[in-house]
Amino acid sequence: MSTQSTRMAARFMVAPSVIVLFIWMIVPLAMTAYFSFRLYRLLSPDRTGWVGFNNYVWFFNSPDFWLALTNTLLLVGGVLVITVVLGILIALLLDQPVKGQGVLRILVIAPFFVMPPVAASIWENLFMHPQNGLFAAIARGFGAQPILFLENYPMPSVIGIVAWEWLPFATLIFVTALQSLSSEQLEAAEMDGASAFNRFRYIILPHLTRAITVVILIQTIFLLGIFGEIFTTTQGGPGSASTTLPYMIFKQAIVAKDIGRAAAGGIIAVILANIVAYFLMRGIGRHLDA
Amino acid sequence: MGKIQLRQVRKSFGDVHVIPGIDLDIEDGEFVVFVGPSGCGKSTLLRLIAGLEDTTSGVIEIDGNDATHLPPAKRGLAMVFQSYALYPHMTVRKNIAFPLKMAGMSPEEQEKRVERAAKVLNLTNYLDRRPGQLSGGQRQRVAIGRAIVREPAAFLFDEPLSNLDAALRVGMRQEISELHQSLKTTMIYVTHDQVEAMTMADKIVVLNAGNIEQVGSPLTLYHTPKNIFVAGFIGSPRMNLIEGPEAAKHNAHTIGIRPEHIGVGDGPWEGVVGLSEHLGSDSFIKVDVPGLGVINVRAAGELNVHHGDRIKLAPTGKIHRFDDKGLAL
Amino acid sequence: MARAASPRKQLITTLAAWSVALIIFFPVLWMILTSFKTEASAVASPPELLGADWTLDNYAEVWSRSDYPRFFWNSVVISVGSTLLGLAIAIPAAWSMAFVPGKRTKDLLMWMLSTKMMPAVAVMIPIYLLFQWLGIFDTRIGLILALMLMNLPIIIWMLYTYFKEIPGEILEAARMDGASLWNEIVYVLTPMAIPGIASTMLLNVILAWNEAFWTITLTTTKAAPLSAFIASFSAPQGLFYAKLSAASAMAILPILILGWFSQKQLVRGLTFGAVK
Ligand SMILES: Nc1ncnc2c1ncn2[C@@H]1O[C@H](COP(=O)(O)OP(=O)(O)O)[C@@H](O)[C@H]1O
Ligand SMILES: [Mg+2]
Repeated sequence: MSTQSTRMAARFMVAPSVIVLFIWMIVPLAMTAYFSFRLYRLLSPDRTGWVGFNNYVWFFNSPDFWLALTNTLLLVGGVLVITVVLGILIALLLDQPVKGQGVLRILVIAPFFVMPPVAASIWENLFMHPQNGLFAAIARGFGAQPILFLENYPMPSVIGIVAWEWLPFATLIFVTALQSLSSEQLEAAEMDGASAFNRFRYIILPHLTRAITVVILIQTIFLLGIFGEIFTTTQGGPGSASTTLPYMIFKQAIVAKDIGRAAAGGIIAVILANIVAYFLMRGIGRHLDA
Repeated sequence: MGKIQLRQVRKSFGDVHVIPGIDLDIEDGEFVVFVGPSGCGKSTLLRLIAGLEDTTSGVIEIDGNDATHLPPAKRGLAMVFQSYALYPHMTVRKNIAFPLKMAGMSPEEQEKRVERAAKVLNLTNYLDRRPGQLSGGQRQRVAIGRAIVREPAAFLFDEPLSNLDAALRVGMRQEISELHQSLKTTMIYVTHDQVEAMTMADKIVVLNAGNIEQVGSPLTLYHTPKNIFVAGFIGSPRMNLIEGPEAAKHNAHTIGIRPEHIGVGDGPWEGVVGLSEHLGSDSFIKVDVPGLGVINVRAAGELNVHHGDRIKLAPTGKIHRFDDKGLAL
Repeated sequence: MARAASPRKQLITTLAAWSVALIIFFPVLWMILTSFKTEASAVASPPELLGADWTLDNYAEVWSRSDYPRFFWNSVVISVGSTLLGLAIAIPAAWSMAFVPGKRTKDLLMWMLSTKMMPAVAVMIPIYLLFQWLGIFDTRIGLILALMLMNLPIIIWMLYTYFKEIPGEILEAARMDGASLWNEIVYVLTPMAIPGIASTMLLNVILAWNEAFWTITLTTTKAAPLSAFIASFSAPQGLFYAKLSAASAMAILPILILGWFSQKQLVRGLTFGAVK
């Protein structure tokens, strides 16, 4: 639906975005790749040189690496499951004719406005803190021992915090999608004798396919890089129990001050992200077609 | 001036050759209608002339100048779209003035021209409304207004009436015809409705699968269709096409007789009346004649035949003859 | 798909919906309540609500102890600046993809989104060095650039989905009317897409406001926004719950208020334009 000259113009107009994004991606990536083959420790700046794959080998031999990898996938997967399931349930509830829809919606969206360090510190200090947290107070009220969330259940705690931050997004998407489902369809199904569960299973759920796709796609994009919440709460601990790949790289760079190893970790993380991205785009990207 | 010439114009989308090659001359001041079934490439051809699509090859000349590679804005043409394509965020006044503003005209001159166009189109009272607050017919007029203020070399219409209801359509049809009478500007009008084509055109271009089947005045097409396609497409109800022994009697592969050229009463053909429609002014009947198939008959005035009657028919007007390739003999 | 329900059922669903909403909102509410308590009252066990010592001192102290207005202003400049710059680059790109789509358009869009999947930490050192080298470390310009690039794929994607709802014929009409590409975008496309652009802006201001990795990595003092302000608060002086809550409230309230006042656009924006 266009002429040669509009197609030329189109290329010209999309070029700035492509160029800046390409530079933003490729330059740091090239530098990281370069560092990853170098000996580069801030604590011993004189000793430099090529080290081949040593930095990578260190990563793969580190027991922390496999833990971090598992934790990363656990974090992404856990948050996705929680937000999708709870999001759908809450959306079904909010979609009912209830009083005060507007206010309800504002309350539900609120966590999305809370910046990650604040969200993490609210949960860490006001709720999960073993002495002063609200959860501890509640436990004591029941005469029980306070649960040591961040010490004993670091990953579930982090997953819970991140899920709280992303629940509004998922819920909102599902509410919006539900609104476009015609009530006639549901009524027809009811006439056909479908139970509430079957109506959900065969009509509502298929209608939400695209919405679920969007939630998974967008959240994965943001979740793969989660860092601040862990930095603020568990610092990857206790030990390495809640260390994710991004956090492990951070520790190498900032704590161990070994830029070479951090870079190798960075390259590994980028490759992993690309694998995830590839499967995500292939697998569900097609649902995005209008 | 608005003389438009197409020389061997072709258009393909990838492997699909939508327009395999067209030559056409449109004279200044002519009202030309492109007519043909849906999907035959009418819009594509119009968009090629407008410059909204590139030709794959061939030359488009406007007033003798090669316009093949000119952008739409430089061709001096105005287009009225099927969806009207009004700017929803602008008032009627701003919509009509938009091309003038783009041409860098002074605000006073813009205002003068908008007022004049609004008067012609009966839009004066609606100038400050948004398109969303107008009826379909009014929107149509705004779209036309936007086209006429520029005083283009030619107007291009792409099925402009297809979104209107039947009554409004007849009215707008007449308005556009009157507009052409008074402006005397070239108009190219695309439609799939042969009634619109017959009533409005100076010259009809019948398109089929991207090819021109015939070019001519409405009555030329009616009386001397070049082939079966045109014969079948022009005229309502459709021409009766008869093959076999009956055609062979006339030394043809196929013969065609228009429904209005068949008399009821006495004659060589006998059949049973199927459907019969009585409009008072006209009567339409379908007669199942053994050996010929179903024959459509149109008679002026009332005709006292009904479903199940046996009647006799005879050709009373011209019998069109076609060879085995469908070409008129 | 709202349907009529019996009064009793409606009461139950209303109660359930409100309970769920309050549970989700509660952490924010509790933080705001805590920010108005004295430090002693904030950590009292059992937790105090009605009998708490209410005070505004925490805000006063946070205000006097830190340069809140500077952090606040940096946040505003960086989030609004990066969004506007992003829009300026993204609108033409989204125009191209929505109205002159090619075989590769979908792939291009997916590639752009996938650049966001690159973990920031992985390229932290190079970006840090690059920013030092370019002289934009700890400057607002630097952060505007970084956050613009971070959010650009999202901006383009959202605009693309909004633009696709606009019939191409209207832009063609503008072309016939003699509009140049620039005029077509400025006078026709942009005004028609205002609601979508507003939603996009709003969401991106929020994303930029809440960004806490690059803002902390790429600043020290001069250009530090509220995310850095809050990080500095929980670290050195030990923990004071009420003051921490007050500081947190001061960091998130501007955006919370903005969000609540522009709920309609925001809801649209929060869905990233991806669901109707
Ligand atoms: N942009 C395009 N890409 C591919 N095929 C197209 C495009 N535009 C039109 N076509 C095809 O060209 C043929 C003619 O279309 P069109 O000119 O719109 O027909 P009409 O207006 O006569 O109904 C159709 O088969 C249509 O599918
Ligand atoms: Mg058409």
